Amino acid sequence: MNPADLKEQIEGRWPGKTQVGRDVSSSTTEVTCTRAVLADLCRCIFQHWGFGFAGLIVEEDSNAWQLRYVFYGERDAGWVHIVVSAPVADNVFPSVVEWIHAADWHEREAEDLFGVRFDGHPHLGDFVLHNDAWQEDVQPMRHGFDAQAALRHRLPDADWRPRRIVQEPGAFVMPVGPKFSGVTESVHFLLETVGEDVIRSSTRLFYKWRAIEKLAEGKTVDEVLLLAERFAATTAFAHGLAFCQAVERVSGAELPARARALRVFLAEIERLRQHAGAIQGICESTALVVANSQAGLLEEELLRVSGELSGHRYLFGLLTPGGLLCDLPTNACRIALTQSQDILKRLNELERRLSISSSFLDRIEDVGVVRLSAATDYSLVGPVARASGLVRDLRRAQPYSGYETFDYHVPSEQEGDGYARLRVLFAEARQSVRIIEQATAVLKEGDVCKTVEFRPGAALGWVEAPRGGTFHWVRLDEGGRVARYRVVTPSFINWHSFHLAAEKFAFQDFPIILSTFDLSVAENDR
Amino acid sequence: MSQWVIKGIGTGIKTTAYPRGAERAAGVTPGLPRGGDVGAAAPALVERCLTHALEHTNGVISVDSRRCVHCYRCVRGVGQPLNWEATYEWGSTIATPGLKNELGQPFRRSIHVLVVDAGDCGACLNEVKQLNNPYYNMHRLGFFITPTPRHADVLLVVGPVTDQMRFALRKVHEAMSTPKRVVAVGACALSGGVFAKSFVCSNGVADVLPVDVEVPGHPPPPLAILHGLLVAVGRKQPLPLAAAGYEPT
Repeated sequence: MNPADLKEQIEGRWPGKTQVGRDVSSSTTEVTCTRAVLADLCRCIFQHWGFGFAGLIVEEDSNAWQLRYVFYGERDAGWVHIVVSAPVADNVFPSVVEWIHAADWHEREAEDLFGVRFDGHPHLGDFVLHNDAWQEDVQPMRHGFDAQAALRHRLPDADWRPRRIVQEPGAFVMPVGPKFSGVTESVHFLLETVGEDVIRSSTRLFYKWRAIEKLAEGKTVDEVLLLAERFAATTAFAHGLAFCQAVERVSGAELPARARALRVFLAEIERLRQHAGAIQGICESTALVVANSQAGLLEEELLRVSGELSGHRYLFGLLTPGGLLCDLPTNACRIALTQSQDILKRLNELERRLSISSSFLDRIEDVGVVRLSAATDYSLVGPVARASGLVRDLRRAQPYSGYETFDYHVPSEQEGDGYARLRVLFAEARQSVRIIEQATAVLKEGDVCKTVEFRPGAALGWVEAPRGGTFHWVRLDEGGRVARYRVVTPSFINWHSFHLAAEKFAFQDFPIILSTFDLSVAENDR
Repeated sequence: MSQWVIKGIGTGIKTTAYPRGAERAAGVTPGLPRGGDVGAAAPALVERCLTHALEHTNGVISVDSRRCVHCYRCVRGVGQPLNWEATYEWGSTIATPGLKNELGQPFRRSIHVLVVDAGDCGACLNEVKQLNNPYYNMHRLGFFITPTPRHADVLLVVGPVTDQMRFALRKVHEAMSTPKRVVAVGACALSGGVFAKSFVCSNGVADVLPVDVEVPGHPPPPLAILHGLLVAVGRKQPLPLAAAGYEPT
């Protein structure tokens, strides 16, 4: 659906209750509406017109709430922002989860951190702020809450129990985490079982909540860039890039050609490395020792490629609004390309060997299935979505940094099981090297940075990070400081659906299902 | 299945020469700023450092490596960059009077390490994970990762310690049998990094537990973490405190 049709449809259906504006430069249609039509409008956009749900952005200014529901479509459809406002004292909004299941966690987070109520949401509370440790009525994202002051917590309540779903006789809950297994991130799983198989699992996150959205408020752009790069450092470049793009969009900055090409080059180097890491994780979870070692070698080599090229193994300290902080010599890029091509050959060989190892395939096929309908309901992103047949890629749908000029293919599969996700990872690694080749070829001498003058305003920056689409909303104030920073990450979106894959399975499959999702807790918890 | 055996043998030995020799491959470490005399450029460089890792007196810059988050603001985009050193032997001990930091003779060639993520961004944890890949292969040194505190001799903590992890971290530490040592890995675990100071994080592990060995870096490369563990068992000398950037007490 193109923007003109969209405007006509919306104004025709809800005359007088909506205002439709269009910003051509960012291909965004902004619809201001009343609370009465919000749910209906969101339902149409999500369910009938096929837009994906990017996230909910809550902002509080001196006397009003502003809730912004962000949707994205195919290339010509662009972005749709549904904006609804209310006075600060009146903080009850209609819940949209009945129509947009993907908004579930967004509303829970907003309720926990801002105290905004969502009328009709089935299960609010105990999400970011764990009920067993935080006092009631703490709303850390509100204005006036001091992010620096120490807060008194309750001692964890030993009698506190999470809610249980399975009520059959003999059912019990197996708690896993937050510290579990070898080298894993902190997250808590409740596996509900009656004995052999897990019937239902639920995930308790936010043990690692560092409140970067709150910390960012009132800081300079450069300080927030450090946070953006460092809250989920396995995909540091992608998140730093999304933040920089948002700032550049607010300030109306144009980038030099070399900076754009280098950004693409580095983003794909990071994707290649992260996918190799994910593949290593899958090999490890299936206890295939030699494959694990082989994949581990490749991941380490790719870390070294990044280190040799940029000085840092996770590509820190390269980005700055307006381009890059330092130039990378073209020759070094060529060397990195040759190394990546060599590593890709060995990745291909690894894939071939895995595809004929029956013991491996037995453990990964038909495991952790996510169907296309569920992927659409949860508006999933990244390799997880594409393995279920939901082909969404922001590089293709809403190109940035010159991705529209590159020739590549967006791999997808239909089955939605663990093996499909593994195949997508391998196929995407191949496409990344293709893009790296083209980006090296178009590198021309020139500047890599332009000075950006920060202007007040707000904009969305988006990037197809290795784990999927990430959306960063940045509002700058008059002094060029960050007034609001909202981060929606691919792990936040995909963790939401994890319980679907982890249902009715044998205990020993759990690490395998988890590894095929390639989820980052740090990226979710922020 | 034989294909894997043949492939494994055909790959040969990839393991680093460290700790016997030095590792010279490119890209194994991001290095750390070293400081030194930069003359009139010193105030500007100190100003650029967003985490206050740099200080200067009369043009001589000293670096608190525990605060360095590898933002490269002191080398990139400046006229006179600060010295960076591509070393990796960064493990240092906190001199607590009357307490021996090393675990001692019986543990020299066998320790079990429990890794706790207390709010880490994923990079430090990923570097710890690399210690099990063939390039570093820490099993050869007798170091093993264990999932249970009851078997653990060394508690390796990454991350600034968020409020919701503090309780779990304390419980894990209490559940370990003595003698036990705590190794804090990464700038966040040492100083809170970019997340300090905040209502939801500590300023590092030392706020919660007594720390024996510190490994700076953001993240420290696998070799630096390996050095930290070798220091914990007394097989390597710790980095002198002066070189780590803070005054000996």
